[in-house]
Amino acid sequence: MRLVIAFALVLALAGLAYLAGRARAQRLTLAAGGRIGAVHSRPVYHGAYVAVLALAPALLLLAGWGVMGEGVIEGRVLATVAAASQPAPGPDRDALMNEVRGLVAGDLPQAFNPLAPVLAPRYAATKANLDLLAGALAVALLCLGGLWGYSRIRPDFRARNRVEAQVRVLLLVASVVAILTTFGIVLSLIFESIRFFRLVSPVEFLTGLAWSPQTALRADQVGSTGAFGAVPLFWGTIFIGAIIAMAVAIPLGLMSAIYLTQYAQPRLRRWLKPVLELLAGVPTVVYGFFAALTVAPVVRSIAVALGMSDASSDSALAAGLVMGVMIIPFVSSMADDALTAVPRAMRDGSLAMGATMSETVKKVMVPAALPGIIGGVLLAVSRAIGETMIVVMAAGLAANLTANPFSSVTTVTTQIVALLTGDQEFDSAKTLSAFALGLVLFAMTLVLNIYALAVVKRYREAYE
Amino acid sequence: MSSVLPERRPTDWASPAMQSRIAARYRAERNFRRLGAAALVIAASFLAFLLFTIVRDGWSGFLRTEAKVEVTFTPATLGVDPAAVSGPDGKAVLARADYLALMNEAAKGLGPASGTLSDAAWLGLRDQLLADPALLGKRVTLWVPVRSTIDLLAKGKFDLAAPADSRGVSDREVAAWRWLEQQGRLRTGFNSAFLGNADSTEPELAGIGGAALGSLFTLFITIIIAFPLGVLSAVWLEEYAPKGRLADLIELSINNLAAVPSIIFGLLGLAFFLNIAGLPRSSPLVGGITLALMIMPVIVIAARVAIKAVPPSIRDAALGIGASPIQVVFQHVLPLALPGIMTGTIIGIARALGETAPLLLIGMRAFVTDVPQGLTAPATVLPMQVFLWSDDVQRGFVEKTSAAILVLLVILIAMNSLAIHLRNRFERRW
Repeated sequence: MRLVIAFALVLALAGLAYLAGRARAQRLTLAAGGRIGAVHSRPVYHGAYVAVLALAPALLLLAGWGVMGEGVIEGRVLATVAAASQPAPGPDRDALMNEVRGLVAGDLPQAFNPLAPVLAPRYAATKANLDLLAGALAVALLCLGGLWGYSRIRPDFRARNRVEAQVRVLLLVASVVAILTTFGIVLSLIFESIRFFRLVSPVEFLTGLAWSPQTALRADQVGSTGAFGAVPLFWGTIFIGAIIAMAVAIPLGLMSAIYLTQYAQPRLRRWLKPVLELLAGVPTVVYGFFAALTVAPVVRSIAVALGMSDASSDSALAAGLVMGVMIIPFVSSMADDALTAVPRAMRDGSLAMGATMSETVKKVMVPAALPGIIGGVLLAVSRAIGETMIVVMAAGLAANLTANPFSSVTTVTTQIVALLTGDQEFDSAKTLSAFALGLVLFAMTLVLNIYALAVVKRYREAYE
Repeated sequence: MSSVLPERRPTDWASPAMQSRIAARYRAERNFRRLGAAALVIAASFLAFLLFTIVRDGWSGFLRTEAKVEVTFTPATLGVDPAAVSGPDGKAVLARADYLALMNEAAKGLGPASGTLSDAAWLGLRDQLLADPALLGKRVTLWVPVRSTIDLLAKGKFDLAAPADSRGVSDREVAAWRWLEQQGRLRTGFNSAFLGNADSTEPELAGIGGAALGSLFTLFITIIIAFPLGVLSAVWLEEYAPKGRLADLIELSINNLAAVPSIIFGLLGLAFFLNIAGLPRSSPLVGGITLALMIMPVIVIAARVAIKAVPPSIRDAALGIGASPIQVVFQHVLPLALPGIMTGTIIGIARALGETAPLLLIGMRAFVTDVPQGLTAPATVLPMQVFLWSDDVQRGFVEKTSAAILVLLVILIAMNSLAIHLRNRFERRW
């Protein structure tokens, strides 16, 4: 809350700096007889220049304090007690600090941790002091920057060029965020995975056939050393996402696209396309709920009727079917694009030779659009294997290596969620394995995406 | 066939062989066409079926059953001194009174159905008395919510013909419900608690108010980060980026980020924002930043398309009368591209609103029984509430889950329709 007030204060002061700069430039213009061009830039730019110089350093400082401040305060507060009685970093420490914060804010009448009441007053004092210090520093920086900018205003000062250069820097910084995000993802996945591979060999992870990540909580516990062979997970992911889901999505999506582009009246097309888009806009958690509550029992009773006594209620088929339906609009719109990109002359030529529409589609259009369609299907596969909620809600947790669609399999994303939502220490192999799975998933989807985008691009260029 | 013919002759279209061949080709054509229509019908009917089951299960979630009870606001049971109530801080005295005891007292009047009232029924008593302190010592008739089982019985959600051990409701509860029905003590009303309350372990008290507010907070953070970043980086890429490695790298990053599975962003949030930066777990702040990174590529791609569609003549004209490149972009190109940018932004926000997976990993599945207090306090969001309730074994949560989905879908459909409307209405073809 204090930080918000500080931000508001800084913004208000920067507004004042803007007004001051603008006023000075206006006075200079008047002093020069109000002639256009007497002062290089218009007063607005002078004002903006002063405001930017005032605002940028102060905001950087406050943002840095907002991100790191809490850590610094916690470190200082914890340093006041003996190292032995400090809780280990991780959930324990977070819980303690949460209690301390609760006590300070008054939300928490009583703390569980005996250390919390001791630390609370120290926390409040440290926080008040350091926040005040950061705020004062920010205001000081603001004043310095503003005064310097103000002092530079002269009739021949090129404020507009300066401001525009600053805007360009801002644009560049905004663009670089995308790169930073990508690097952030790659680095965090790789670092955690390296820590995991120190505990479990990559060969075992990538080729092992047994997956049971339950590691012993106590050193003397029997029987649960944990097995991290991820092959059953990869198989389950491919089985649900790339086989069952695609068996539903490719025929239905492709045929819908063919019907919409070649047969449907424009009016029908205008109505049906938004309906398909709507299907794509339904949140995945809704599909997951539907798969678990409506589809899975039906699939199970079919399996029982077929004579499978051990039919699972979280079968691969239920999750795969619903995932396939979720992907239909995606496949359909990719196939739609690919079919529309086929030159009209090819289609008309085939029709003029006397071929029926279906012959034209099957023998001319689809072969011509094939690279585009395949690219779209690959993108759909990449989306299906990364899909999480449907499999979390409808697929199982048992890592079976089976091709029976009625039995339960588990997927990479299901396991990531299962591993990271339990109460676990952050440094155990079990938790770290989620990041190794994430790395594999990221690599798989990245390769699929890059390849598919390249295929689609080459195909588009071929007809342009 | 033609190889056995001695000389070239025109095809005899009237011959039975050709006629049957044509018929076969037309049949194949008809079948193919039907197949295409069937695919569309299957896809559309799936959507219809999904909506149907959710509406069927969910509409009753907006209703709740209330029971009529007679209550005497006896000061002794309430543990208040009537003299103190008429004193200066009478309201405070009344607010602290023991309404639970009063409720239990009143429930005894229900005979066989004494255990059917909701645990929070006393709240109604308190509101009633606080609104009109003159009621103290008087007898009033009040409608209060009942327990979830009775609620479901009244809504006909149990198959009473089934054997007692498999129908999920005890004979005693059925008897209590029948008694209430016969006495005419039940009515169905609008479930305002569902829209206003936060989560609860009791289905009849659980609501989506807390999750909706959490979604609002999270989306606020998402929008203020993703929209400026997305638009500015689209401007840079379209208008300023010098051809070279940096622009290629940024473009590659954005295209790939757009296709990275959402759960990977959750891993980033967990490893970076929670463990390294130490931001508060389960908070709308972290959820909002994570979702902002996720939808930023969507906004960038849409904004680039929109900016690209503005014809060069606009730029040339503005440059020609002396505008600087920055003025051209911010005063001419961006206003013209705004409808397209808004369409992309709304679609991106709709995606963020429906997203669950990354938020699972940063701890937004916390059980939060209060509306979120701020951007850094633990919160949950609408789709997460759906997920949490769908996991709950209590039967009363099935209709709550579907009702929450209905609310979510209505918001999402409204947003998407707005996006489509904007696209159709304002997008200019040059």
